[in-house]
Amino acid sequence: MSTIQPISEEHPDVALVERVRAGDLSAYDTLVRKYERQLFRIAQHITQNREDAEDVMQDAFLKAYEKLDQFQGNSKFYTWLVRIAVNESLMRLRKRRTGKLVSMDEDVQTDEGSVPRDFADWAPNPEQNFNQSELAEILKKTIQGLPQGFRVVFVLRDVDGLSTEETAEALGLSVPAVKSRLLRARLQLRERLSRYFKRTTSAASQAQVSAKGNGVEA
Amino acid sequence: MTCTEFLAILDDVIDESIAAKTRAEIEVHLRKCGHCEVVLDTTRKTIEIFRCHEIYELPTEVSERLHVAIMAKCSKAK
Repeated sequence: MSTIQPISEEHPDVALVERVRAGDLSAYDTLVRKYERQLFRIAQHITQNREDAEDVMQDAFLKAYEKLDQFQGNSKFYTWLVRIAVNESLMRLRKRRTGKLVSMDEDVQTDEGSVPRDFADWAPNPEQNFNQSELAEILKKTIQGLPQGFRVVFVLRDVDGLSTEETAEALGLSVPAVKSRLLRARLQLRERLSRYFKRTTSAASQAQVSAKGNGVEA
Repeated sequence: MTCTEFLAILDDVIDESIAAKTRAEIEVHLRKCGHCEVVLDTTRKTIEIFRCHEIYELPTEVSERLHVAIMAKCSKAK
């Protein structure tokens, strides 16, 4: 007869971090593989530049490795890693803008999209009306049009699946600030996507929308 | 419940962190307000679309190159 085993609450990263601290580089290799795509995505969303995103990803992993002794374990390793990547991304932007102040508070003082205006319903499975490259272009232009402070909150919270508290910690924001930005990010994206996805009355108008192709506007 | 009140808790509705009593009020409101129903449905769909489509792909060869570079730097770092 089997006995009930106590369920461990420990996140699998905790053991990997301990192994790295003990000098096991292969454990860090596992952590890098696990999170490199997410870190690249976050860096790309902030810097909006592929080369910078690649550099940020490398620098963030190296910095995290060098500073691993400072990781307290009060938060998840991934949240701590994201915070490093966000700071590296902002530093990279600052360099590109020759020292101009860059922060997560940039451009958030806008009322745009905070109240819905477009109430047209969307077509069923609207993304299927576009081919892959058209859809990717629409999504890219749409999210790039958001203020940076909204965009990163949306990516961490809704795409990456971090909790509100983890997002706040990773970005150095308060929980109410994350909530406020998330709502406005979601509404603005919805409003912008409605231009492409709303139910159309005829095949002709649908063709017109599709024909915008690479020339989509955010 | 008014549209403004609904909008104020839209995120909680989407994240399904709503008390049972409020949920009942929301259902009543949505039955009579087509606009709020559309906003809720299309906002949910917005999130789903962005979650399901990776817009910044990292090709395997680039990922491998960066991975090797990261691990090489780390091995020299300590």
